[in-house]
Amino acid sequence: MEKSAPDTATIAVDVRDAVKRYGDFTALKRISLSIRDNEFFTLLGPSGCGKTTLLRMIAGFEDVTEGEIFLFGDEIDTLPPNKRPVNTVFQNYALFPHMTVTDNVGFGLEMLGRTKAEARRRAGEMLELVRLSQFAGRKPAQLSGGQQQRVALARALAPQPKVLLLDEPLSALDLKLRQTMRYELKELQRETGITFIFVTHDQEEALTMSDRVAVMSSGELQQLGEAREIYETPHNVFVADFIGETNLLEVSVDQIAQGRATCHLGGGHELTCDAVEGIGVGAHVHLSVRPERLFLSEAPTEAESLPGRVRDNIFVGTDIQTIVDLNEGPRMTVRTSNSARGARRVFEAGSAVYVNMEQGAARLLVD
Amino acid sequence: MARGKYDIRRYPGFLPMTVLCLTLLYAPLIVVTIYSFNDSSSITNWEGMSTRWYVDVFVGVESDKFKSAAWNSFTIAMIAATVSTTIATLAATGMIRAGRFRLRTLSFGLISLPLMVPEIVTAVATLIFFNSIGFVRGYTTILLAHIAFCIPFAYMPIAARMQGIEDSYEQAALDLYASKFQAFTRILLPLMAPGIISGFLLAFIISLDDFIITNFVKGAGVETLPTAIFGSVKQGIKPNIMAISTMLLAISIVMVTISYLVSKSDNTK
Amino acid sequence: MAAGAASGGSARSDTYKAARVWLLLPSWLVLICLVLVPIAIMLVYSFLTKEFRGGVIWEFSLAAYDQFFCSRGLFGDEPCTIEWTYISIFWRSIWQAGAATLLSLVIGFPTAYFIATRPERVRPIWVFLITIPYWVNLLIRTVSMKFVLRDQGPLNDFLLATGIVDDPLRIVNTNFAVQLGLFYSYLPFMVLPIYASVERYNFSLSEAAADLYASKWATLRRVLLPAVKPGVIAGCILVFVPSLGSFLAPDLLGGAKNFMIGSLIEEQFKGNAGNWPFGAAASMILLTMVLIILLIFARQQARAQKGAG
Repeated sequence: MEKSAPDTATIAVDVRDAVKRYGDFTALKRISLSIRDNEFFTLLGPSGCGKTTLLRMIAGFEDVTEGEIFLFGDEIDTLPPNKRPVNTVFQNYALFPHMTVTDNVGFGLEMLGRTKAEARRRAGEMLELVRLSQFAGRKPAQLSGGQQQRVALARALAPQPKVLLLDEPLSALDLKLRQTMRYELKELQRETGITFIFVTHDQEEALTMSDRVAVMSSGELQQLGEAREIYETPHNVFVADFIGETNLLEVSVDQIAQGRATCHLGGGHELTCDAVEGIGVGAHVHLSVRPERLFLSEAPTEAESLPGRVRDNIFVGTDIQTIVDLNEGPRMTVRTSNSARGARRVFEAGSAVYVNMEQGAARLLVD
Repeated sequence: MARGKYDIRRYPGFLPMTVLCLTLLYAPLIVVTIYSFNDSSSITNWEGMSTRWYVDVFVGVESDKFKSAAWNSFTIAMIAATVSTTIATLAATGMIRAGRFRLRTLSFGLISLPLMVPEIVTAVATLIFFNSIGFVRGYTTILLAHIAFCIPFAYMPIAARMQGIEDSYEQAALDLYASKFQAFTRILLPLMAPGIISGFLLAFIISLDDFIITNFVKGAGVETLPTAIFGSVKQGIKPNIMAISTMLLAISIVMVTISYLVSKSDNTK
Repeated sequence: MAAGAASGGSARSDTYKAARVWLLLPSWLVLICLVLVPIAIMLVYSFLTKEFRGGVIWEFSLAAYDQFFCSRGLFGDEPCTIEWTYISIFWRSIWQAGAATLLSLVIGFPTAYFIATRPERVRPIWVFLITIPYWVNLLIRTVSMKFVLRDQGPLNDFLLATGIVDDPLRIVNTNFAVQLGLFYSYLPFMVLPIYASVERYNFSLSEAAADLYASKWATLRRVLLPAVKPGVIAGCILVFVPSLGSFLAPDLLGGAKNFMIGSLIEEQFKGNAGNWPFGAAASMILLTMVLIILLIFARQQARAQKGAG
């Protein structure tokens, strides 16, 4: 797995061989990753994959069983949370219910020994930044979910942390608000220039907001890279399957020549795609093709074309999903944009078609 | 409710039983309250409304005895409730906010022990204990005994409240550079306030009400209200006792009401 | 559990782990010194020799237990036959406490059920109504009860005036008065646990029973009662145990003939007639009985929980 080159930029957080065990259960299996300064970095994975554990280890709420964590070159893994210059936006916000919004936002500065007046002034600035100045005197219970979430952001940013940790902060909001907040968070990160480490299980959130994404599963790092890279060149079945929709086909590799691999799949269909390091002749592996990179035609085309029969068309608003059974072979999903510009023909159920792959769409995966 | 519709939850006869239950609970208290305003020196005949027995409590023959007993009761209840609430708050933090540990079950058993042991047995054991170490019985022995048996009563509401407070608030405080002590005093304690106040009030009432243990560990000459009342009642119920009872009743109801309202209230709005 | 640990380790808070011992120490100290150690010393006292003006002589003796269980004739020199005096006092206490428990159950169950089926908003008010009398001084409640039930008291005045009875009912100084007093003392302990379990009860089970042709009473007996049994048992224990060792109700309402354990023990520590080792022995026997009951109860609750889980 390629490690993104840490030499070009300052490293904000450096996690080295971090292991977390609870009794017999290993929540994190030796993870190493470097998060750059000024970066919007996302830890993405299903629940129980260890992403929150890793975040809480950086914040200081979980001990590190083995390994080290560095913050701008200083080892912090033995410091208590109140000695680490990082702040957290908690999943349920954890706004102090007995304090006003201003007191919540000013709390960190007060604890750092600033005067009450200074804390209040800075709290005012932060509330302006998140556009909540008119709610300064309210208690958290009197705010909506979206407002609470902005207070939590203001509170965590007020002491000017070196890194901001966000633990699924959008999960409690409804869909529309979540989409607005994505944009706002990204803006906020650019404005403040603070490194954000964002934990989520929502791949769309991860792809839209992040500079880089680390995909995790069962305590292991699966892939680390830019959002687009993760989507378009997944390293393994887990990543391909977890990020976006895909057609996963079981194939065997027949021959490899000039960087191209020829494979066959069930029903005797044959196709070629780019060879991948580590997958040799005779390997039984998976091949991933995104449904939007397939198109249908009546007759075979120049591209890789596989014959089949349309089983059903499903209307999903922006797209039309066509389910095709390849002759004697597996089932595939093809997405056609529902727009006049695309103006591709819709094939009725039962019609014989060819499924064509765009150049470079098919990708071999290790398991 | 009474729409004549078939309601699976309703059983005929349960409402009258509830009414009977409440009557049995309240009738004696109401009757005594009414008779405390009786103008007669005899408790049997009704001779019109009067507050003379209330006056008698404060200036009558027995007033000095009752005043000093009331003062003892009040100061003991105040100190015992304060001390036991403090101990219970610390214990609850140790039980609920300090992770798992081997002695946890045992500690809980110890805290609830005064609730399990019959009161008369606690009374005997405490008397024998003070006697065996040569501690002269009096005000201090009553106070110490009260502190011990008030702990579980203060603990229960405090622990219940603490269990309901997520620990993410304290974690957020630590994340925002508060020390553990600051997280405790600035975040946990204010959020705990309703539970602590309920615990204090319950401990206060329990101490104020106690008769059996006090009766065993009090020395000669030191009386609390219940022991003074008991001594008086042994020679027959007199009207001034009913006046005292009514006043105590009023105090209890006021305190329980405060406790109820506090537990419902919320310092987060 | 692995799952809980994986979801962020917030399974149980350990913020003040380092201070644990100091947080718990005051409670340990007070309760060990003032409850646990005294009980241990009481056990020792029950094996000592009595002194005649109260107190003990530090000399090992089984006299207290011997006096409790053995009858040795007028001069105390005959072989041991069973002494019934004290056993019958214990037996009467058990019987009285049992009757009071039954009375509380018969009145408390419908009440608890009724409250639990009120709209959610008003339930706390009902619970509050039931608990208020409990917070009123037990002595005052018992005295009030005695005042009302007296031969010339308001109850008899009322019954005579309305012609329901021709002669005043003699209630005070009977077993029934004691049962009524105990019922009055501990009723909330019966109502509250039953209320809690009925409130948790899923009424669609009753609907299912009705759907399968069960009558209301069959539903109550076959479906509802088994479901709320843990609450009923808890209520019975909570009334029975304190009733067993109670002092005020039997003393004020029962009179000399209706002596219970509490009065027997109290007598040993009052005035010059006292016998401290005997009082300590009787207390130990009472404590043992109560702890056995609580142990059986705890094991049964644990088993019920295991069955449910």
